[in-house]
Amino acid sequence: MGPNRRELNRRDFLKLSAKAAAGAGLLGAFRVLAPGEARAIAQTPNLRWIFLVDTYKCVGCGMCVRACKLENETPYDAPVTRTWVERYVVLKDGTLLADSPLGARDGFKDPRTMGRDVRPEDIKKAFFVPKLCNQCDKPPCIQVCPVGATYKSWDGIALVDRKWCIGCGYCIMGCPYGVRFFHPVHNVAEKCNFCYHRIHKGLKPACEYACPFGARHVGNLKDPNDPVTKIIFTERVSVLKDEYGTKPVVYYLGLDEVVR
Amino acid sequence: MTEQAVHAAEWTEKLLFTYPNEYIYWSIQIVMYPLLTGLVAGAFVLSSLYHVFGQKDLKDMAKFSLVFSFALLIAAPSPLILHLLQPQRGIYVFFTPHFTSAISAFGIVFFTYFVIVATEVWFVYRPYFVEQATATRREETFAGSLRRKMYKVLTLGAYDLGPRAMREDERAIKILAGVGIPVAAFLHGYAGFIFGSVKANALWMTPLMPVIFIMSAIVSGVALCMLTYIIIMEWKKMMAKRARRSRFAPDRASYEELKGAEVDLIRKTSRYLILFLIIALTLELLDLVFRGYTAVKNWEILRQVIYGRDFNNIFIKQYLIGNIIPFALLLMPRLTIRRAVAALVLVIFGVFMMRYNVVIGGQSFSLTFYGFMEYEIPVIPHNYDTYKEGLLGALTTGGLPFLLFCILNRIFPSVPEVRTEEKRF
Repeated sequence: MGPNRRELNRRDFLKLSAKAAAGAGLLGAFRVLAPGEARAIAQTPNLRWIFLVDTYKCVGCGMCVRACKLENETPYDAPVTRTWVERYVVLKDGTLLADSPLGARDGFKDPRTMGRDVRPEDIKKAFFVPKLCNQCDKPPCIQVCPVGATYKSWDGIALVDRKWCIGCGYCIMGCPYGVRFFHPVHNVAEKCNFCYHRIHKGLKPACEYACPFGARHVGNLKDPNDPVTKIIFTERVSVLKDEYGTKPVVYYLGLDEVVR
Repeated sequence: MTEQAVHAAEWTEKLLFTYPNEYIYWSIQIVMYPLLTGLVAGAFVLSSLYHVFGQKDLKDMAKFSLVFSFALLIAAPSPLILHLLQPQRGIYVFFTPHFTSAISAFGIVFFTYFVIVATEVWFVYRPYFVEQATATRREETFAGSLRRKMYKVLTLGAYDLGPRAMREDERAIKILAGVGIPVAAFLHGYAGFIFGSVKANALWMTPLMPVIFIMSAIVSGVALCMLTYIIIMEWKKMMAKRARRSRFAPDRASYEELKGAEVDLIRKTSRYLILFLIIALTLELLDLVFRGYTAVKNWEILRQVIYGRDFNNIFIKQYLIGNIIPFALLLMPRLTIRRAVAALVLVIFGVFMMRYNVVIGGQSFSLTFYGFMEYEIPVIPHNYDTYKEGLLGALTTGGLPFLLFCILNRIFPSVPEVRTEEKRF
C-alpha cells in the first residue's frame, strides 16, 4: 500500500463526509418531530374542537341520529349508535321517566315513556337531551387502552385505530358516558369523533348538519371569534358528569339536574 | 344488519333507562380470568409457605401445588384471549404496551411470574431429572429412550447432585419462592386493580379491590390444591384397595396408611385456609359497610343492586353458601375427608361467585343510575360468540388447567408418594 493510495483514501473520506453531512442536513429538513417537540406544539395548537348542545332547541326528532348512522356507517338497525337523544319526563309527584328507544333513531313516536302512559297535566317538566362523545380533556378511555389503539388527536378528538384495537372493551368500561361500543362489522371499539373527516374539510358534523333546529354546534375553543366559543364564554353552560374529573368539552345549555 | 350482530346484545337484558350502547360487554370469561389468576397465586403461595417460611407440615403439598400453579399459570391467559374481539391482535400488548393502562402490564407481570415459577420448578425437579436421565434400564423401549432424552435436555447439563450443589439448589428455591410471593400477589392484585381503577364503575372503584382479590385468590388456590390432592389420594386409595385384593405391588402403601396421611395433611392445610378465609371475608364486609355508611351519590343504585337484584347472588350464594357454611364445616372438630370435600367445593364456588358478583354485578346497573342490565348466560351456543362467552366457554377455560396439569404431572410427578414403613426388598 503506497502513499498515493492513502492520499486517495483521505480524499474519498472527505468526499464521503461531505455527502454524509449533506444527507444529514437533507434528512433534517424532513425530520420527524421528537416526542418533546411534538408535545410542545400540541400544547399550544390554535385548534381545539368543542361542541355546544342547546337542549332548549331539541325536539327529539332523531334526524341527528339517522344522519350520524348513515354518515359513519354504523349499521342502521343495530342497537348501538355514536350519538343519541334522551327524553326526560319529570312528573309532579317527583317520578322521573326517561328513555331513548333505539337511541331515538326514529324519534319519539310513542308518547308513553318507559311504557307508561302519562297525562300531560301530570308532567312537571319534560325535555330532550342529545348525547355524543364528550372528547374529554382527560379521557379515561384513552388512559385504559392497553395497546394505545385509541389516542387523542392534536386538536383534542379521541380517535380509534381500527387496525390496532384488540377489542378488549376496557375503553367501553372506562367511559362514564356510555359513548363507546363495539362496531358490529369491524369488531373494534367505536365512538363519536365529531365527524373528524368532515370538520377538517370545513364541513359541519353530520348531526349538526341534519339538525333542523340548530340544537348542535361544533366549535373551536381557541378561536375567540367562534360563535360557539362566544356562547360558552358568556353564557351559563354546564357539562355532563364533571364528578369523574374527565373534563368534558361538550357544553350544554339548559341541562337539568336529573340528566345523567 | 340484524340486531344479533351487536356484540353482547344477545346476552344482555336491559331494564328501565339505560344508555343505548350499554351492554354486559365483560361476561363469563372475565369472571374466569381473575378466578384462574387467583388460583395461580393461591397455589403458589401455598407451596411457598413450605419453601420460605419452613412450614414443615406442608412439605408434601408444596411440590404438588407448585406444579399445579404452573399448569394454572399457563392456562391463565386463555380467558383473556377468548374474550378479545380481535384475538389475533392480543400480541400487540407486547408490541405497543400503553403503560397508563392496567392491562398493558399483563405481559410483563405474567412473564416475570412465568420465569420465576418455571425456574423454581426446574430447581425442585433437577434431582429427579438427573435421576431419570442417568437411570440405566435393562431393556429400553423407544418411548423410554425418548423420555430419557427429554429429561437429559431438561437437566440443562447440570448433573451435579453433590451436597454442595444441593445446598445451593435449596437456597435458589427459597429465594425464588420468596420473590414469587410478592410477584404472585402483584399478578393478582393487579387483576383487582384492572377493576378497582375503573372510575366509571361505581361498584368496582375502590382501593380495597386489589387486596380483596389477593385474599380471595389465596383462599381459592389453597382450596383447589386441597381438593385436587384429595381426588388424587382417593384414586390412589382405590388402587391400593384393588392391589391388596390382587396381592400385587407389596411396597405400595396400604389403604389405611394412605387414608391416615391424607386426613393429616388436609387438617393441617385447612388451618391456613380458614385464616385466609377470615381475612377475605373481613375485607369484603368492610367494603360493603363503608359504602353503606358513606352513602355517596351512587349508593342508591348500588343498594338496589346489592340488597335487591343481586341479593341472592351476593348474600346467599357468595357469603352464606360460599363462605359461612364451609367456614363452619372446616371449624367443626374432627374434620373428615368427606366434610372437607364439601367445604372445599363450597369455598371455590364462593370465590367464583365473588368474581361473578364483581364482574357481572358491576355491569348490572346502568351508568345512568336509572336502569339495570341482566346477564343471561348463553347455555346452548349457536355461534362462536355465544360459545366463548357462555357456559361452554367457561367450562373450556376452567377445564384447561386440569388438562395441562395431567400433562405436566407426567413430566414432573408431583403427587406425594406415600410408601409403607417396612420396605420389602
